[in-house]
Amino acid sequence: MSDLNFGNAFEYAPAPESTPVKLRRQYELFINGKFVAPSGGKYFGSVNPATGKRHARIAKAETKDVDAAVRSARRAYEKVWGPMSPAERGKYLFRIARIIQEKARELAILESMDGGKPIKESRDVDIPLVAAHFFYYAGWADKLEYAFPGRSPQPVGVAGQVIPWNFPILMAAWKLAPALACGNTVVLKPAETTSVTAMHLAEIFQEAGLPDGVVNIITGAGDTGAYLVGHEGIDKVAFTGSTGVGKQIASTVAGTRKKLTLELGGKAANIVFEDAPIEQAVEGVINGIYFNQGHVCCAGSRLLLQESIHDEFVSRLERRIETLRVGDPLDKNTDVGAINSREQLKRITELIGSGIEEGARLHESSCPLPEDGFWCRPSFFTGVSASHRIAREEIFGPVLSVLTFRTPAEAVSRANDTCYGLSAGIWTDKGSKIFKIADQLKAGVIWANTFNKFDPTSPFGGYKESGFGREGGLQGLMPYVRI
Amino acid sequence: MSFSLKRSVSPVDQVGVEERAAKFTSRSIKNEAKAVGLKLAVSMMDLTTLEGADSKGKVTHLCRKARQPMASRYDCPPCAAICVYPNQVAHAVKELEGSGIPVASVATGFPSGQYPLELRLADVRAAVDSGAAEIDMVISRGTFLEGDLARVSDEIAAVKEACGKAHLKVIFETGELQTYDNVRLVSQLAIEAGADFIKTSTGKVSPAATLPVTLVMVETVRDHFLATGEKIGVKPAGGIRTAKQALQYLVMVKETVGDDWLTPDLFRFGASSLLGDVELQLAKLVDGNYQSADYFSKG
Repeated sequence: MSDLNFGNAFEYAPAPESTPVKLRRQYELFINGKFVAPSGGKYFGSVNPATGKRHARIAKAETKDVDAAVRSARRAYEKVWGPMSPAERGKYLFRIARIIQEKARELAILESMDGGKPIKESRDVDIPLVAAHFFYYAGWADKLEYAFPGRSPQPVGVAGQVIPWNFPILMAAWKLAPALACGNTVVLKPAETTSVTAMHLAEIFQEAGLPDGVVNIITGAGDTGAYLVGHEGIDKVAFTGSTGVGKQIASTVAGTRKKLTLELGGKAANIVFEDAPIEQAVEGVINGIYFNQGHVCCAGSRLLLQESIHDEFVSRLERRIETLRVGDPLDKNTDVGAINSREQLKRITELIGSGIEEGARLHESSCPLPEDGFWCRPSFFTGVSASHRIAREEIFGPVLSVLTFRTPAEAVSRANDTCYGLSAGIWTDKGSKIFKIADQLKAGVIWANTFNKFDPTSPFGGYKESGFGREGGLQGLMPYVRI
Repeated sequence: MSFSLKRSVSPVDQVGVEERAAKFTSRSIKNEAKAVGLKLAVSMMDLTTLEGADSKGKVTHLCRKARQPMASRYDCPPCAAICVYPNQVAHAVKELEGSGIPVASVATGFPSGQYPLELRLADVRAAVDSGAAEIDMVISRGTFLEGDLARVSDEIAAVKEACGKAHLKVIFETGELQTYDNVRLVSQLAIEAGADFIKTSTGKVSPAATLPVTLVMVETVRDHFLATGEKIGVKPAGGIRTAKQALQYLVMVKETVGDDWLTPDLFRFGASSLLGDVELQLAKLVDGNYQSADYFSKG
């Protein structure tokens, strides 16, 4: 049988983002409203994952620096931010949101350079959502009494926030905006491999005139984060990252006065029924797993296909991954960018190896990969059993595991057969089926006939080992108030 | 037939298909790619005039334009075809003699199709007898919306027979069918009834061609090809006025059904004003600066 020919006729010319944006050679710590050198004088490299080369030096915070940051946050909380009228706090947040919009292109480029994600995602998804989050929570700042009727919500105090490398500036916004809107001050620690945009966000705080010490940003590796989380001077811990680290944090915080929210890993089931709009389901599955190279905690990494459509769906997926454009994150036509770090690529490669070894069949895009940097072809496994490692462990890469089911009941039981419960997808043209299945899924976010849709008004968070607490929406205020 | 067919056609999710179509519009097409795309678009263009006021003179202008849209230094290919009403066909054929450019004629009681079948078939035969190499028929939307799919199918088959050697393009007037499910269904139905090309619109109803509607049609064509090996063409018509839009359609074709459809044999634009903007853009690529639209003849 003849097949489609995805060749080079009308090949797109390179379309690199042409706005000139330069990284600084060196980034300092942001403490008490100023950029300060780390007390130990040590810096670590930040690598551009698309080239594998170091492109900036990032300050390594020592424990003394973390102490200073927490002290500064405490002072700002007690003297300035806490006593400030809520409407005034809201004004700062609105101002920050507007400056983010003004600098959107610059931030998008920096995000793609430092993290490897395609510019079309940082430009069209990450940065607009960052601004939207600040706008949204700015609106809540002076309306908290309406969010919690009959109560008088008070801020918690100083929040220690540790964020991951997959959506660096977006996760900073998710954490900062509700905390500040509720009157808290913050010490934020970005992920080791993606500190750059957080420091540019700090510049925006300066430009907005945010009072000194309301947000402090300290950079460093896991030990810096661990020290912050265990610090006596903070009242609230918010963490997004791996389940392993989340468990450590939970045990550190246990027995203290600190409030805790965790947003951890996922192994989401994307369930496609035979009566689904197949063409759109294919797109949703593609978006669900290859968006941001699969570095998404709510990625639809387990595709559950009804047996009757398995073969057809798989051949559609095979053709579709051939048209994904993998390469330079700064090219406007790139669909899939670089893997965030050498370590992450190693983990993905190891799990792909386990899939092959355990007997699943690997289907890979035939696309060429750049020589330098960290890259992984978009791929998926068929013949995956529920007990395979690739069906149970979070791969956090552009690798999908395809499983099958026969009946709605089996779909539900397979979908829930995991220690995680962050998100899920349901694909069917039948509205009643959507509600019936969604009711039975143990997942915090369930998308129907779409996937990976985010909005600041919508709460996000997990069941089981995907964590607890919600970010976004009215529910996202809860972790940052005492009521 | 209609019962089993309806069940065999996959549903289309409106939000999903519009989202997918929007993604094609975010591709960045620059430099060489833009030049290749624009020339391809010209070569796929059915240069169209379908006015009550069409005269031989107007058709003559159009035919000359189709032969050589731009000055030779721009290396612009001729258009794919001329598309006119049946009574202008003979004149257009004469004007295009020796150019190899075929004449397409609308027929079957265009644009409404609200005539007895016999008259519609006679319309087709007359156009073919006058020298039309391609027939753009309209389906009876009323019959389709009544649910009498078998009759719609039979009528297409009858028109196909009346066409003889002429190629048959089947116009759905998707703006009147409204839902993507209907578009998918009628596309499958027309292909099975013998269409060589499926076409969105007459250009007389708004909305005419849209990217998501055309995407649903291209997907139907692709699935038919994968099932049978047979290649059917697609023609969006009406509403495509800018070079940028035309490139977005080509991106959609390339990424949905592949390179084999990037040819006038399998993809056409039905347009009357698109050519002007494409010329402007092509000239800019060659000369380095934009020129006034006054420098390009209207055809």
